[in-house]
Amino acid sequence: MPHHGSPHGDVMRLQTRSPEVAQRNTPSTFGAARAVLQKDLRLERRAPQTLVAMTLFSATTYVIFHFALDRDSVDGQLASGVLWVTMLLAALLGIGRLFVSDRDEGGLEGFLLAPVDRTALLFAKGAALLAFLLALQLVAVPLFALLLLGPTPDAGTWLQLLLVLVLADLGIAVVGTLVAAIAVQTRARDLITSILALPLLVPVMIGASNATAPLLAQAGAEPLPGRWLALLALYSLIFGLLAYAVFDFLVED
Amino acid sequence: MKAAVATTEAPQGAAVTATDLVRRYGERPALDGVTFAVPAGSTLVVFGPNGAGKSTLLRVLATLLRPHGGSASVLGCDVQRQGWSVRGRIGFLGHDPLLYGDLSARENLDYHARLHGLRDPGRRIAELLAATGLERRAQDRVHTYSRGMVQRLAACRAVLHDPEVLLLDEPRANLDPAAGEQLEPLIGRASGRTRVVTSHDPAGGLAEADLALGLRAGRQELLGAAAAISADDIAALYADTHGMVPA
Amino acid sequence: MPTTRKLYGTRLMLLSWAAVAVLGAGFALAAFYAPIEADQGFSQKIFYVHVPLAIVTLCGFVFGGVSAIQYLRSGDPRHDLRSYTAIHQSLIFCVGALITGSLWAKASWGQWWVWDEPTLVSFLIVFLLYATYQPLRFSIEDPERQSRYAAVFAVVAGAFVPINFIAVRLADPLIHPRVLNQAGGDLPGEMRIAFYTSLVGMALLFVTLYRFEMASKHARAQLKSIKRRLGEHATSTGGRSAAPRITPS
Repeated sequence: MPHHGSPHGDVMRLQTRSPEVAQRNTPSTFGAARAVLQKDLRLERRAPQTLVAMTLFSATTYVIFHFALDRDSVDGQLASGVLWVTMLLAALLGIGRLFVSDRDEGGLEGFLLAPVDRTALLFAKGAALLAFLLALQLVAVPLFALLLLGPTPDAGTWLQLLLVLVLADLGIAVVGTLVAAIAVQTRARDLITSILALPLLVPVMIGASNATAPLLAQAGAEPLPGRWLALLALYSLIFGLLAYAVFDFLVED
Repeated sequence: MKAAVATTEAPQGAAVTATDLVRRYGERPALDGVTFAVPAGSTLVVFGPNGAGKSTLLRVLATLLRPHGGSASVLGCDVQRQGWSVRGRIGFLGHDPLLYGDLSARENLDYHARLHGLRDPGRRIAELLAATGLERRAQDRVHTYSRGMVQRLAACRAVLHDPEVLLLDEPRANLDPAAGEQLEPLIGRASGRTRVVTSHDPAGGLAEADLALGLRAGRQELLGAAAAISADDIAALYADTHGMVPA
Repeated sequence: MPTTRKLYGTRLMLLSWAAVAVLGAGFALAAFYAPIEADQGFSQKIFYVHVPLAIVTLCGFVFGGVSAIQYLRSGDPRHDLRSYTAIHQSLIFCVGALITGSLWAKASWGQWWVWDEPTLVSFLIVFLLYATYQPLRFSIEDPERQSRYAAVFAVVAGAFVPINFIAVRLADPLIHPRVLNQAGGDLPGEMRIAFYTSLVGMALLFVTLYRFEMASKHARAQLKSIKRRLGEHATSTGGRSAAPRITPS
């Protein structure tokens, strides 16, 4: 093997531990979270499996709904329901994959060996799941409008819809990360993910579908009732705090 | 037969210590009362058959597992209560290389560098890649690497943050002798760091050890200066490992 | 720690008798003493069974969550055992609440299930969540991790229950004049006596069954420990278990 310089020179250099290298900052929680997030986004870009699967799943589900409901177009509460059921089930795919690469390739231990706060992992994974959900919806919601949605929303309605999506995704991301962290250590990963996440996400479904329904009304978008947004926000807040409190117990042995 | 307890004192400044360390798996003890002290700069080699608790011991010292009884300390910090302070100063090389197959060598090392808060990661990474002969393949994804290359890269990861203590679980596994030699300055005795190493090779292990520890079924069967222990003592650890009652 | 016999022998028997007595008294009062409710007739009496079941279920889940928090803070496996047993029992009581709720719906509104009874719907969702507790435990092999993850679940599920109630309540557009609202509120005298007697009886029943299960686990653990001391190697080829293992005192 060719070496740069003489072998002895390298040995000498590595033996005396250079002070500059030994100097390091204790990485902040934010910095560590950012490193993990960038790693996860890079991994997904390299081998895009999760996002592609979620999007294809959504598209196929719309087709299935068309046949199952025997409808060419839907509006109002029905449209809202079809959209959110699809989003929820697609989210399950993302949740199931969230910690898999870390568990299988030992990345989780690599993180645990670093002098960083464990909640950095929670932030990073939560942000990653949120990013995946938003990226999914960027394609899946217009697709829904194209395939199944009867009324055509105007710009203002789209903005309100975006607000509902973001708030709901926040709740899904928080609870999804918790469930993912639990499920990845079990022997029946995908089963546990589904049965654990779905009941926990019922309040999100209630809030999101009821908030979206007036926006998709056939006769034109109606104002968005504020209490559903309040419900979604409350849900995200409570489970966010809870996740912060219990996450350490899930990763530390 | 127990050999004499360590003749080297347990000095205040011991780099790695364990006192009656206990770690259970359910009801079975994976470690049952392990006690030793490793002075700074020395090498402790841990011997024992599979399932003896060698890997568990390393993982407890690495703060990956919490002790269920007794205590352990690394560089003066208790692993349970002060694990935080000690993590950045330990280098761990276990059975898993802890690398992501879809990332390149450089990206993997960069990720770990950022987790450890290194100030000049680029230079350190280049240095290590050159020393292990991986710099030409540094841009390739790790899943294209041979097992030996993965092990070398894993060793780079372990010493990336210049730790004072190394915990190595059979580091020479999957390596041909030449590659093993290459890693010497990083993780071998020549590195000058305090090391705890597990080994299945009595002769080779004793040759690089200052202290030797023998485990069997979680229990400490022997502990002493390497010079005072023979390869036969080590071999005795492996006898009767299939449930037969010794005569 | 007192021996299993003292803890679970005489006291458990007394407790069982007390539970049977009070519960029986409660039902008798409900059937014969409490007046028949004007709107719904005799079938309304199932309220005296359904609501206590529901209340005890919720208390059981809360206790399970509190024990879980104690386990996470102390690592003492006894808290884990308490949490497991409480949730296990509460799940059974929850099924009872759902069945009696369904019976009540059939008697009152002619259907076996109604969606516009928010409390009933909430209970269904809560049941579906807690029903995953045992499969979750079963699928984690490492016993210490199993206990830890189960405890985290119990805490999260416990926090979920109130939010769920709020959400389901919000989703129900109609306001039914529900008898449930009257529980503990403005019940007339005789109804109140019958109701509270049933409630206390149900709580005693819960505690009795809880202690029976604890006793059974302790006894089994002692048996295993004796076997081990006699030199038999404890081989349980029966596969994994969802229940926490305990070391007897």
